[in-house]
Amino acid sequence: MSNWEVVIGLEIHAQLATKSKIFSGSATAYGAPPNTQADLVDLAYPGVLPVLNARVVEMAVKFGLAVGASVARRSVFARKNYFYPDLPKGYQISQYELPVVARGSLKIMLDDGSVKTIGITRAHLEEDAGKSLHEGLANATGIDLNRAGTPLLEIVSEPDMRSAKEAVAYMKKIHTLVRYLEICDGNMQEGSFRCDANVSVRPKGQEKFGTRAEIKNLNSFRFVEKAIHYEVARQVELIEGGGKVVQETRLYDSDKDETRSMRSKEEANDYRYFPDPDLLPVEIDEPFIEAVRATLPELPDQKAARFAKDFALSAYDAGVLSASRELGAYFEAVILGLGASHAKLGANWVMGELSSALNRDNVDIENSKVDPEALTALLKRIVDETISGKIAKEVFEAMWSEGKAADAIIEAKGLRQITDSSAIEGVIDAVIAANPKQLADYRSGKDKLFGFFVGQVMKATGGKANPAQLNELLKTKLGGSGNA
Amino acid sequence: MLHNLFIGELADRLVKRQISSVELTRHFLSRIERLNPALNAFITLTAEQALQDAASADARLGNGEKGPLLGIPLIHKDIFCTQGVRTSCGSRMLDNFVAPYDATVVARLKSAGTVMLGKSNMDEFAMGSSNETSYYGPVKNPWDIAKVPGGSSGGSAAATAARFAPIATGTDTGGSIRQPAALTGVTGLKPTYGRVSRYGMIAFASSLDQAGVFARTAGDAAAVLQVMAGFDARDSTSIDVPVPDYSKALGAPLKGLKIGLLREFFEGLEPRNAALIEAALNIYTGLGAETREVSLPHLPLSVPTYYVVAPAECSSNLARFDGVRFGYRCENPQDLMDLYKRSRGEGFGAEVKRRIMTGTYVLSAGYFDAYYLKAQKARRLITDDFRAAFEKVDLVIGPTTPTPAFDIGAKMNDPVLMYLNDIYTIGANLAGLPGVSLPCGFVDGLPMGLQLIGPHFAEAKLLNAAHQYQQATDWHTHVPRGYE
Repeated sequence: MSNWEVVIGLEIHAQLATKSKIFSGSATAYGAPPNTQADLVDLAYPGVLPVLNARVVEMAVKFGLAVGASVARRSVFARKNYFYPDLPKGYQISQYELPVVARGSLKIMLDDGSVKTIGITRAHLEEDAGKSLHEGLANATGIDLNRAGTPLLEIVSEPDMRSAKEAVAYMKKIHTLVRYLEICDGNMQEGSFRCDANVSVRPKGQEKFGTRAEIKNLNSFRFVEKAIHYEVARQVELIEGGGKVVQETRLYDSDKDETRSMRSKEEANDYRYFPDPDLLPVEIDEPFIEAVRATLPELPDQKAARFAKDFALSAYDAGVLSASRELGAYFEAVILGLGASHAKLGANWVMGELSSALNRDNVDIENSKVDPEALTALLKRIVDETISGKIAKEVFEAMWSEGKAADAIIEAKGLRQITDSSAIEGVIDAVIAANPKQLADYRSGKDKLFGFFVGQVMKATGGKANPAQLNELLKTKLGGSGNA
Repeated sequence: MLHNLFIGELADRLVKRQISSVELTRHFLSRIERLNPALNAFITLTAEQALQDAASADARLGNGEKGPLLGIPLIHKDIFCTQGVRTSCGSRMLDNFVAPYDATVVARLKSAGTVMLGKSNMDEFAMGSSNETSYYGPVKNPWDIAKVPGGSSGGSAAATAARFAPIATGTDTGGSIRQPAALTGVTGLKPTYGRVSRYGMIAFASSLDQAGVFARTAGDAAAVLQVMAGFDARDSTSIDVPVPDYSKALGAPLKGLKIGLLREFFEGLEPRNAALIEAALNIYTGLGAETREVSLPHLPLSVPTYYVVAPAECSSNLARFDGVRFGYRCENPQDLMDLYKRSRGEGFGAEVKRRIMTGTYVLSAGYFDAYYLKAQKARRLITDDFRAAFEKVDLVIGPTTPTPAFDIGAKMNDPVLMYLNDIYTIGANLAGLPGVSLPCGFVDGLPMGLQLIGPHFAEAKLLNAAHQYQQATDWHTHVPRGYE
């Protein structure tokens, strides 16, 4: 295995977040009853013609600018011809020789913290097909054309990725980017964001690519990773057993965790691409590009760099906090209230308690039960030592479940930290008096028992003793070895 | 007789209430009932609807409304979708297809108050030059029922010549208006590509198809074009150029008009045909026009170019007829492939299949460059030739067809011989230019056509030149025997 190098390229299909379809006026909303969002154009009735939705061009240009690509001044829609019941016209309108976006790139961060640039060969506009329905139909196949004509941006990478992890990191980065740009909702369950993976292996040191297999329609990051793992193992095993990888299209079965052959190169369709005579070439001029450029938000990499610089965060933290516009905005709102000098505290809480609560309850950050102002109020109580970090977690849970403000919970539950030295000393004295054996042991060199005393004091104070003060006082009181 | 009147006179009588639209409609319907069985010019008659529409037109006239086409009966080629009326396109494939919407051409003429008498017979999917490929049987030429009327708009041409209506719509992909107009002795106008919306016109070859009109005079054609022409947001290839007042343009004198004689059109021209064109030129010089020879050196490439481009587009355009959503479906399909094969195999006729196969072939991997791409280059050369010619002259002139109407059955077994019929008309389609065919005399008792071709959007100039010719000649007033 270690003698083999993996080569991966991804074709990501991002459904563009338009209200209407790419060539018709039908709605694109997900989940409507079958065929209620398909008009005569979507049904490919005789005589109807496609009319390009100008919004999709704007979105493609936005993406192109965000990945530093060149935006074609002239791009052409072509017909990809094949017969299938979910393809009403008998051809898919796509872009072939002249795509709207070409030659971009994207940076991903690897596990060791290094950064790798992945090339983006092209991004082109196309329409989605409908889908076939088999459930509940005896001896028949139903066709739902609601999805037919939904706009897609197909983003094709260079074969630059060398592991499943890199592929997932790249896919996540594109996912982040398209949501930043608000050109795709990124909803993978609904199929708004999916990919095909081209996978091959070659002996380490060999320049020539191995024969690739294309794994179709992967709609989760986990499936991408698992499918690539399976496929790489399959190809290596095949070659090491004296066989040859054939160029083919494969399907990933998530239930069995394996890829299966769909069709070989020989069986592949000849799509007979040619320019669609019903549509004019898309002409894009400089003012249009500049107008789109003006609408670009701060991009993930820019935001991460700013977080790292302005808030002295690690590259990792800055990367996590800029992974979505909403998360970044939440974090910034917290820092605004808390002050940049406490950015690390804010970062830890947003990435820690808040994120795990959101994940646990499957809630989007926009709908978080604890809003940035509420979280800021809680964190301020850590900063001013009203409560300890540990108690704060308890308060946060209460805020999350009861929806009350931090101060109200601290007061109601009496969680205010004990910072009065004499009060803490009193408790320490009582604990020492009650545990003479442990005291003797400690003093004879069992340093580890220091923790036992801390625990006892905390237990007696309900965890409210100020930890720093407690440490200080306890050291003095225990005396003895003194080197704790 | 009413049926020999031009629409200007008919409109005048309608406005003056000397005649009602219902009476006019009845008059034409009774002619059709009596005379059409010998000609087979219709696929569907809509007598009942026509009388209702005529009554509505009468009501509008009664309210003092005026309009050059208000209350005027017409016939639509069965390629135009007509809401609630079968739209067969001359094919078994659509024998059961009732269009759920009106083509833009139909809608515009409807709101102008025209009264549709029926849908005219045509070559299947407009593929043919003799109207013999229709599923509904051949149309006969009213000048001699042993002869073809030309195609593909043979029904509209024959019906106009037989005075079944003063005007009829047609479509022209390679000469399908001008050639049958010539062979039946009527005036046929093919506008500039993009001048008239293609929405709702069942596509044959999208980059060549253009809707136009049959009439008995250029003046009548001008009135109809006035209503048909104009930008349509539903057809991306329709062009947003202002529509001039075509009827107003008809008065301009021809003095100084530069007419180009296409050298390539006259080479090898049959002497009697050449003599008619000579005579027409004399008329034009008598009207003050200047003539000079121009050359389109690449014009001889037009037939082979056309028979690559048109089949390529048709092979894709006709893919939607798959038996799934509308149109013909075979009995008891065994599986999907069987459904496709038999529905298309049984639904399409021989000529349509021949062109689908040709088109599929020229777009196939390995042949695309040699055929499709080369044809596109030849098309560009032909277009450039015309452009260069129009820098020297205002219009070019020549015959519409090499011969008069031929015998039914004479060329059906020799597709190349049949295709050569369009040798003079195809160039204008490849270059997207407007062209008109005018009756200019007889050979063997059969009408011949004079063709004028102009630069893009020169319809006004073209119609005026045609009108001036008709003011100076009476060929357009000849009526086939039995249809006086």
